[in-house]
Amino acid sequence: MIDRDQVLHVARLARLQLTDDEVERMAGELSRILDHIEHISELDLEGVEPTSHVVEVANALRPDEPRPCLDREVALAAAPARTEDGFLVPSPQA
Amino acid sequence: MTDYEPVIGLEIHVQLKTRTKMFCGCDLSFGDPPNTHTCPVCLGLPGALPVTNARAIHYGLMIGMAVESELAPRSIFHRKNYFYPDLPKGYQISQFDLPLCSGGRLGDVRIHRVHLEEDAAKLVHVGESGRIHGSDTSIVDFNRGGTPLAEIVTEPDVRSAEQAREWLNLLRVTLRQLGVSDVNMEEGSLRCDANISIRPVGSDELGTKTELKNMNSFRFIERGIKAEVERQTALLRAGEPVVQETLHFDPRTERITSLRSKEEAHDYRYFPEPDLVPIAITPEMLEAARAELPELPAARVERYRTTLGLSEDSARLLADRVELAAYFESVLAVDSPEPQTVANWVTELAARLDEGDPGASKVAPSALAALVGLLSSKAITVGAARQVLDKLVSDGGDPAAIVDAEGLRAMGGGDELEGIVAEAIAANAEAAEKIKGGNMKAIGPIIGHVMKATKGRAEGGEVTRLVRRQLGL
Amino acid sequence: MIELSAKQLADAIGAGDVSAAEAFAAYRERAAGDELNAFTWVAEDGEAPAAGDGPLRGVPLAVKDLFCTEGVPSQAGSRILEGYRPPYTATVVRQLAGAGAPLLGKTNQDEFAMGSSNENSGFGPVRNPWDRERVPGGSSGGSAAAVAAGLAPWALGTDTGGSIRQPAAMCGIVGLKPTYGSVSRYGMIAFASSLDQAGPLTRDVTDAALLYAHMTGDDPCDSTSVAHPEKIALPSAERLDGVRIGVPRGELTGEGLEPGVLAAFEAALDKAQELGARIADVDLPHASHALSAYYVIAPAEASANLARFDGVRYGLRRDEDEGLLAMYTHTRHDGFGDEVKRRILIGTYALSSGYYDAYYGRAQQVRTKIADDFRRAFHGCDLIATPTTPTTAFRLGEKTGDPLAMYLGDYFTVPFSLAGLPGISIPCGLSNELPVGFQLAGPAFSENRILDAAYALEQAIGFRGLTPGLTRARFDGGADDSGVVE
Repeated sequence: MIDRDQVLHVARLARLQLTDDEVERMAGELSRILDHIEHISELDLEGVEPTSHVVEVANALRPDEPRPCLDREVALAAAPARTEDGFLVPSPQA
Repeated sequence: MTDYEPVIGLEIHVQLKTRTKMFCGCDLSFGDPPNTHTCPVCLGLPGALPVTNARAIHYGLMIGMAVESELAPRSIFHRKNYFYPDLPKGYQISQFDLPLCSGGRLGDVRIHRVHLEEDAAKLVHVGESGRIHGSDTSIVDFNRGGTPLAEIVTEPDVRSAEQAREWLNLLRVTLRQLGVSDVNMEEGSLRCDANISIRPVGSDELGTKTELKNMNSFRFIERGIKAEVERQTALLRAGEPVVQETLHFDPRTERITSLRSKEEAHDYRYFPEPDLVPIAITPEMLEAARAELPELPAARVERYRTTLGLSEDSARLLADRVELAAYFESVLAVDSPEPQTVANWVTELAARLDEGDPGASKVAPSALAALVGLLSSKAITVGAARQVLDKLVSDGGDPAAIVDAEGLRAMGGGDELEGIVAEAIAANAEAAEKIKGGNMKAIGPIIGHVMKATKGRAEGGEVTRLVRRQLGL
Repeated sequence: MIELSAKQLADAIGAGDVSAAEAFAAYRERAAGDELNAFTWVAEDGEAPAAGDGPLRGVPLAVKDLFCTEGVPSQAGSRILEGYRPPYTATVVRQLAGAGAPLLGKTNQDEFAMGSSNENSGFGPVRNPWDRERVPGGSSGGSAAAVAAGLAPWALGTDTGGSIRQPAAMCGIVGLKPTYGSVSRYGMIAFASSLDQAGPLTRDVTDAALLYAHMTGDDPCDSTSVAHPEKIALPSAERLDGVRIGVPRGELTGEGLEPGVLAAFEAALDKAQELGARIADVDLPHASHALSAYYVIAPAEASANLARFDGVRYGLRRDEDEGLLAMYTHTRHDGFGDEVKRRILIGTYALSSGYYDAYYGRAQQVRTKIADDFRRAFHGCDLIATPTTPTTAFRLGEKTGDPLAMYLGDYFTVPFSLAGLPGISIPCGLSNELPVGFQLAGPAFSENRILDAAYALEQAIGFRGLTPGLTRARFDGGADDSGVVE
């Protein structure tokens, strides 16, 4: 149901490197899972509203009032690479 | 040769002037040290959850009302998924198929939609760095990340670069008067993209469009659009196709370059944000937004023109700056002077204050009203009035007292003025001869002499009348 | 002390018979000696957190790894978060600490709660204390194993499609999956946001009620949280007179259901009837599609929730020298395990252009139908009962080669999850000397009714939530009475 190219495409969207073996294996496993999932295509769902929330709540809004921010050292503490005041990353344009 | 017309749609991102971010309680900051306004939510830490800022919704409703949108009774947020270092969660929380505001109009351009979302963080390119080898590096500053944005999308109703610029100005002025944003392009609180295509005049079809990104001043927007329209026209004339792509206008070189990267076409995989519940607009929310809605520029221009009889130019000038309009109206409220004259003198005052608010100046509205009154009763001349205004700007005070103290009261056509005019003619015999010869333009030096002698208290029309009579014309 | 339930321990501490420090030290020592790989972190010796004077009175709490705890490793069972110590604590952990329950340790789990066997942990599988060659169930397997083995008096878990109920069943303890929204998710490292819900794993129903009572609340930091309309009471029902229990007979015919599990389930139903309950059939016409819908919705949400693990702000980073794309893709390749990768790929696929309507859109419609099924069913009954899992604890490695077979283990728990409904699993007997779970579920916010009914059944069944070697078990009169450790 899902071929190698599709697996590679999706992996790229998900920023996930896969080895050749993994692509092969995933294509097989995902196909079996998707085959099972596709049983839902048998249902007549004409006009049925989708449910994305089971809680019947609306407008859980927050007043526009400041709360304490993290100390910069705390914010940066777990960064794999950092400068004195920021998170260091390879440039997107490079 | 075929004539082409541009078809332009604009997408404007406006940073809202809330105190805190869109989905967390970090206060907004401009120019503070990097990464000092963050929390687990806006850093996208594991386990953190967004909670919507009520004031951002409130501002969104005010914008929607100002542009006559239909306000959705129920709207939701989606996740827009893509990877970028300035996007901490790997998705942006934005609105998709159920935006807060749909449709509408501002001036001569229809609005497609207005929706809310969160801003990305700031990425500063630092070039080679010792820490990461072999790769150019950037630093991420999450202070800006999560700032509330309203995205305003127009219908493709704009037909020229000039119109785009004018309309954006109207939008900017409107948003500023709403008080929902600083609308400062240089600081990035107002950002504009343009979707541009061209088509043969008379055609109803839309050509292939390009997207011109992130133009950061009104001037560049106009020039960028102009350049892109010219580029597309040249392509079509040469029989070449326009390619749909994202473009960047470099204002220094006036060149347009493609921003297309190696990436595949975007697939944002939008889906409803499960961490947030729907926004269901209540009558109370609508009432609160309506209550804070000021008179907007377009309505104000109309009122100034029809009920006050101001010229189009004056009406626009005042309506564009809410503080000028407010001052203008407080001058009118003092007395019932002639509105157009008041408008002219508010303009004079504004010119002396640079960008300052006249309401905060030393010139009380009652003083300006009094000044206009002196002028209308011909107690002073226009020239004298300007001198009084200078004095008011620097020291404040009462115009009548200044007029008396400085001896600026206008001279009627009495003997004193007759004498001064006679002196002036005598001192400028050559000019007088030319005038007698029919050249009225030569009157300048004579009037100058009179004005100098009277310190500007003489009224120009009266002086001219006397000159002509004394020369027997 | 170890054989005391959490409630009994709280009472003992309250009466001054045991000190909070003693209790903490005793459990800390047991947790530190963990041979099941149930813990990924245990509090240091001598650093007993200040025991609050609240109603939980110093009863130590084991917490699933995915709850953020300030300054303490919170890795969600993933190598991508190895050693990560967050700067904040999850709301529910803070609430419980405030009520007097100190943090004993963090428990192992399937990576990002994705799994039904705990074999997907980046830190090795947890072993089932009933049989160490078997899985404890997942994804809250560490919490379940720790409670069943007496390494903790009680524990916090999370349930997305069965991750509390299922390991509770396989370890012979009680697990309550509350109504979606009744417990704050703030600080829970997310798997699937519209399904994740924290709940207690305890030795008995009373403990579950006691812990849950201090977990509920409308958290301003979680938009989807709601105040529970009822105060959670300690259960006391002795009879089930007038309680209508619905059984979806149509769902109990699948060949995946072990006969021993079905037999133990039926025996428990008989007990319920003896207590006065009325047993009736219920029809859940879309339940058989729940698994399909679940395995679209949960991975879809997960694919977005796990996008933040990008090597920028925390966690693992690989190959930054090769540019941004390599950093992203290699970090995520090396940091995530196979099951997480599978679900990210399924979820990304289900949301991608051209497939959204067929997968995600339809799955959400199925979710609507399932919720409708339950609404209709609860006109005819008060609670619904099923076996918690189709099988008892299986052998380590038995299903790791067949992801789909593993997913089928969620058959009975997933429908309630999709509808956001509460459900409890209590032990109802043994099959091949392994515990069998009895699932009792009800309408939204019916936790008090569920707990009461579960309590009455628990008393009638007489199963005690500790492994045989540890308990003075009353169950079947068969378990030994001698092996109390201490």
